[in-house]
Amino acid sequence: MPFAWNLPYLSVFLTMTAAILLSVLPGARRAWLLTAGVSACVAVMSLCFLVFIVRSDASYAFTMGKFPAPFGNEIRFGPLQGLFASVFAAVMCLSLLGGRTELFEDVDEKKMGLACVMFNMVLASLLILTYTNDAFTAYVFIEISTIAACALVMIRDSGPTLVATIRYLFMSLLGSGLFLFSVILLYAVTGHLLMPQLAESVAALMAGGQYTKVLALVLAMMTAGLGVKSAMFPFHRWLPDAHGSATTTSSAVLSGLVVKGYAVLLITMFCRVFTLETVRAFHIHDAVFALGFCGMILGSVMALRETHAKRMLAYSSVAQLGYVFMGIGLGTPAGIAAACFQILAHAFTKPLLFVSVGRLASAAHHDKQLRALRGSAWSCPLAGFGFGIGALSMVGIPLFGGFAAKVNFSSSAIFGDEKVALTLFVLALSSVLNALYYIPALINIWSDRNPGAKRVEADPYAAAAIVVLACGVLFLGVRFTPVMELIVRGLELM
Amino acid sequence: MLSLIIENRFAITAAILFVTGFVNMMLHPNLIKKIVSFNIMDSAAFLMLASRGMIAGRIAAILTDGGADVSRYVNPIPAGLVLTGIVVSVSVSAFSLALVQRIYGTYGTVDMRELLEAMKKRGE
Repeated sequence: MPFAWNLPYLSVFLTMTAAILLSVLPGARRAWLLTAGVSACVAVMSLCFLVFIVRSDASYAFTMGKFPAPFGNEIRFGPLQGLFASVFAAVMCLSLLGGRTELFEDVDEKKMGLACVMFNMVLASLLILTYTNDAFTAYVFIEISTIAACALVMIRDSGPTLVATIRYLFMSLLGSGLFLFSVILLYAVTGHLLMPQLAESVAALMAGGQYTKVLALVLAMMTAGLGVKSAMFPFHRWLPDAHGSATTTSSAVLSGLVVKGYAVLLITMFCRVFTLETVRAFHIHDAVFALGFCGMILGSVMALRETHAKRMLAYSSVAQLGYVFMGIGLGTPAGIAAACFQILAHAFTKPLLFVSVGRLASAAHHDKQLRALRGSAWSCPLAGFGFGIGALSMVGIPLFGGFAAKVNFSSSAIFGDEKVALTLFVLALSSVLNALYYIPALINIWSDRNPGAKRVEADPYAAAAIVVLACGVLFLGVRFTPVMELIVRGLELM
Repeated sequence: MLSLIIENRFAITAAILFVTGFVNMMLHPNLIKKIVSFNIMDSAAFLMLASRGMIAGRIAAILTDGGADVSRYVNPIPAGLVLTGIVVSVSVSAFSLALVQRIYGTYGTVDMRELLEAMKKRGE
């Protein structure tokens, strides 16, 4: 076995070891440095692994603890998993850099170590949700991710964040409860928890026409459970409070990454365990499409009515996650590939927007109301440019990642055989709605210089984060064909 | 019909408990009761799992008198999963209770509706 195949396991091991170390290691700056270093290291490791796995054009099941299937635990990785892991780790590192100033302002210095434990646990659970080949392990890491993500909201210690956390926590627990019960039902009818064995049993049951109602129930509960956790409409009401009230880094990580972990797991379950034919047979994809459709429109409508910049971005996340579910709901490999691309594009764009707003708000005495941000871009032009690139990408202007995502959705719908008109309609409508709130916000921050604006001290960390994230958005917008080819190949090797 | 119900008595109980917990967790305004409901919901899942692992007339999979005959023992995996699940559910409950305590300290209530009103009053 080549050494590179150990890298995914090692990257998870590294993040979890760092988390354990941080719970005893003193020093706020050291904790932050270690966390950012670990996520950068994981990003580099995942990237090396990605290059290796793309060259060998294969996927591989890594047996944990030398217990062979069906007894042991496995992680499984191919090009798609490598791609997700690299992007997730890189964006995690950039969010930590970009929100550094606010993080040190918002978090009590004594508690910084514990906050960094949570960032590491979030990254570890994201990696496991991407890599895992075992349904029960997925459940355990869903719960770990829930606790860590809730803690990330409440590290900014104030009344509203506590209430936002508890609402987020209870919604999340409903979702994980549904997922747990669905896994147990699946275990009851198949007797397996490892995904390849599950897939065989599910195929046998479908072919024999046995337990089809139970399987339909399992699929529905699993989709709903993961949907609640990734803010699928109508389970999105916890998101604006949680993402809007948290500190910059937390908002960027939660909006850009955490909700995606569950969507990736849903895609894995659909493709690896149930196969798209089963999903289509039970019309689960139609329900997912309908909810994605509503999320895209209503998320934007609610963002349109919002006056608080971060809550506006949070509602926009609901709309953007609607795109992901719409892609999954197309029920074709092309649709799923487009959804994967959207996950990547949004993972770069939303943290870019949150980091930029964080910097802009420091010119407006940390007031994040849109009217307070008027003219703030002149105090911090780089953040203004970052916000501009993020906003234009969200609207879907060519050259940016969001445009490429929309092209992929349209082409996958046009070359599919159903829902063509609906998809194109909702894409058009959503683009208009996005433009209606992002363009005024962009004009607002670049309008006349605000005389009351505070001078913003240069923040090299945030500047670096904004530049790299913006480059990511531009790269996805220009070179989207090779990325799509990689995703399609990754889905085939799932 | 009756035999079907008796045969699936554990699954039916689990389903009833799960729905009870789920609905209460979603709709009950009291935060403590929400946490209790969450525990009911998880217990339902564990009941379902434990009952699936049980085979009448067999003993727990612990080697005592050297009998390695597989047919004497029940499937040990569900028990292992229930244990893992209990650990997860205990830690989540502890986290939620700590959070509710902080909220009570800040706003003096554990009722979701009163909490939202208190927030409105404070202009948050």
